[in-house]
Amino acid sequence: MDALAWDRFQFGFTITYHYLFPQLTMGLALLIVVFKLIALRTGDEHHNEVARFWAKIFGVNFAVGVVTGIPMEFQFGTNWARFSDFAGGVIGLTLAMEGMFAFFAESAFLGLFLFGEKKLGPKGHFGAALMLFLGSWLSGYFIVVTNAFMQHPTGYVVGPGGALHLADVWSYLFNAWAIWEYLHTMSAAVITSSFVVCAIGAYWALMNLHQPHARICLRIGVIAGLIASFLQLFPTGDRHGRLVADHQRPTLAAMEGKFQSSARAELVIIGQPDVAAHRLDNPLIVPDVLSFLAYGSFGATVYGLEDFPRELWPDNVELLYYMYHVMVGLGTIFIAVMACAGILLWKGALYRFRPMLWILMLSAPFPYIATTAGWMTAELGRQPWIVYGLQRTDHGTSPNVSGGTVAFSTLGYLGLYLVLGIVFLYLVGREIAHGPVSRSKPASA
Amino acid sequence: MEAAWFVLIAFMLTVYVVLDGFDFGAGILHLFVAKTDDERRTVLSAIGPFWDGNEVWLVAAGGTLVFAFPRVYSVAFSGFYLPLMIVLWLLILRGVSIEFRSHQSNPLWRSFWDATFALASLLIALVLGASLGNLIRGVPLDSTGYFRAPLFTDFRTGPEPGALDWYTILVAVFVALVLAGHGALFLFWKTSGTVAQRSERLARRIWILVLPMAIVATIGTSYVQPAIFKMLISRPWTWPLLLVAVAALAVVYLSLGRRKELSAFLGSAGFIAGMLAITAAEMFPTILPSTLDPASSLTVWNSSSGRTGLLIGLVWWIPAVLLAIAYFVYLFRSFRGKVTLKPATDGY
Ligand code: HDD
Ligand code: HEM
Ligand code: HEM
Repeated sequence: MDALAWDRFQFGFTITYHYLFPQLTMGLALLIVVFKLIALRTGDEHHNEVARFWAKIFGVNFAVGVVTGIPMEFQFGTNWARFSDFAGGVIGLTLAMEGMFAFFAESAFLGLFLFGEKKLGPKGHFGAALMLFLGSWLSGYFIVVTNAFMQHPTGYVVGPGGALHLADVWSYLFNAWAIWEYLHTMSAAVITSSFVVCAIGAYWALMNLHQPHARICLRIGVIAGLIASFLQLFPTGDRHGRLVADHQRPTLAAMEGKFQSSARAELVIIGQPDVAAHRLDNPLIVPDVLSFLAYGSFGATVYGLEDFPRELWPDNVELLYYMYHVMVGLGTIFIAVMACAGILLWKGALYRFRPMLWILMLSAPFPYIATTAGWMTAELGRQPWIVYGLQRTDHGTSPNVSGGTVAFSTLGYLGLYLVLGIVFLYLVGREIAHGPVSRSKPASA
Repeated sequence: MEAAWFVLIAFMLTVYVVLDGFDFGAGILHLFVAKTDDERRTVLSAIGPFWDGNEVWLVAAGGTLVFAFPRVYSVAFSGFYLPLMIVLWLLILRGVSIEFRSHQSNPLWRSFWDATFALASLLIALVLGASLGNLIRGVPLDSTGYFRAPLFTDFRTGPEPGALDWYTILVAVFVALVLAGHGALFLFWKTSGTVAQRSERLARRIWILVLPMAIVATIGTSYVQPAIFKMLISRPWTWPLLLVAVAALAVVYLSLGRRKELSAFLGSAGFIAGMLAITAAEMFPTILPSTLDPASSLTVWNSSSGRTGLLIGLVWWIPAVLLAIAYFVYLFRSFRGKVTLKPATDGY
């Protein structure tokens, strides 16, 4: 493989790995605030114990999120020098602001939150949790603005030397793309964390352990998961899709596996793209719906890949197509799962209905898969551009770093992250085994 | 405008070195000042609430650099590709060794992370020093605008030097020494009992070495980059910075003599800040000198992004840094006083 391929693989691998951790911590931060709030209002100690348990899981995730985040920032310079040179004058603003406004708050309040419960008192401790939540959601916004600029650049001018300069902060910071991408991503983070919280609650319930805590996890987890699963489809996923339909037409065509343009375009549920033959094998379709979803009218024309010159096609149409369908398929399943769990919860039967508990326990990995698939859709769909319409990805690499060198560092990351992952899983497993009740007291089964 | 951003970035990097410096220093000395598990937990609890926030100064400075001087960011980071990858891996190992150690009471587990922590801290301090040396000495930037620095060549500071040569190694050792001394003073201030006693003893030994090393490093610099000293003479307004560095060093010696913990620590912070500030002030307007052709050097004028953008950025930067400082003051206040160990279930 040449340097470009290794650079892309390295970025994709390290960012995907990094994002496994923040997606949980951002969602958990919200749920911990909810647990703390209920504990504060009702004085119920079980809610505090649940919050403390999740704070420990949060801590381990946060540590790995932090250490894997730092290489991300530096990769822009090491592997994507011409991209940094070209776009740094714009995206640097949010990279800097993310550190200054968000990471400082997060790191300062994490210490207080994890170690300061006695010192701060219940109100102060709730405040620390709230600041942690605000800090992590703010950092999410800044990084999404960065990504949204790459997807749909706004607020820039081209400077005399050809590099991009920031011209209008507001249109950069409140890029419509950033707003919908952010809401969709944050809602996904809440999905991930509620599925994880439900899974642990279901595990305890099935094992007959920590009953009060299991109920709290299941109740809050199902409610949050149900709301977020709906928000994921509508309005956030829907509106995000319309932006793609308006601004990245070849991408939409590739995501939907559409080669020829047509009015009254059909929505493909299942099918395998055959790029060489420009067609979809054994498709299962719903007529007219794609036109409606993309442009709000059943008669609207949806363009196909054949309408665009080959060099504007995303370079991996098949993978893009599959990833998009994995995300949407899982999203639909999440709604179904959470709706069933919600009905059972409402009827008061959830804690005893073992099949549902089994399903909840085993569902935890799938939001991670859906999120990763979603990012792969976004990032593969952005190809062949690194900044959409302005700089092509093959013009963004570092000219002075050879493929072999990047291959070497990529292998280094693979090895290091493998070890990190094993240790991480081991530690999380131990925390789960300890359970929510403080170790000095006997377990209240 | 470009000059203002030069000052801001120099300021952020200085704050970074002063703050992360004490936890690197504590890491370097970890195995020597703390022998039992409780002592080691004391050291980790002393830096525990701070190290991540300290590291954010590096992240934020990096982001600010991309924003204000994208060329410097891209040229320097891609040029030092391999050394940087090694730093990143070490930062990962160091971060997890602080956070993972406490999760298991198995003595082998703990010893492993202690050693990783100490080694990674020492190596990063050396690499930070070597990068400072490279910044001062310059790199083989040519007319393509890029360079590629091998890890080392013949250890001489010719036109085609490696990342490591006698000069950058000298600076690396000097920096690691100063940071170790800085960490010792931090532990002397924040801990009590045997850890504090050992830190104090080590601090005395280290700081005795600092003065001669500082003189040697200065002579080395005058040989490798004489321009710095020409600037020093022609820029009287930078002399107060020099005065700060010298006075702060004196404060360290005096306070160690009188066993004034906090003022000794502040003295070493002032010494580090003063040395870095004077270097930056004399380098200005050059950010990355070229060893091949001064015309290829990156300066604040030929590597910055657009003026409008820089102005907008400034409006955002000022409240952001005030907020960051407020967080830090709050954090240091919340964890003021000497570290006391909590029962072994929570914390480090
Ligand atoms: C739990 C995770 C999850 C789930 C269930 C869904 N998504 Fe999603 N989706 C994401 C997680 C995600 C993401 C990882 O957060 C992405 C990647 C970039 C982004 O902004 O969000 C994303 C991107 C993304 C994009 C932008 C692709 C691009 O930029 O090219 C669209 C159009 C959708 N999603 C649409 C949907 C629809 C219609 C869903 C139906 C239920 C859906 N997503 C479920
Ligand atoms: C929000 C901030 C993000 C930014 C600024 C960003 C930026 C980038 C850059 C610079 C590249 C390399 C250039 C390219 O191949 O186009 C890239 C590729 C990639 N990114 Fe992102 N990314 C972000 C988020 C994510 C996340 C969270 C994921 C996954 C979970 C992700 C997945 C990928 C993948 C898979 C690739 C490789 C795709 C390819 O082959 O080009 N990205 N991204
Ligand atoms: C290319 C893209 C990215 C870069 C450059 C990046 C950079 C970083 C850095 C430097 C840190 C460590 C901060 C510290 O020391 O405290 C970090 C952590 C974090 N990042 Fe990323 N990141 C990227 C993608 C993302 C994305 C897409 C999100 C979410 C939308 C995200 C959310 C977070 C959060 C919440 C943390 C805090 C640590 C945690 O909760 O695990 N990052 N990131």
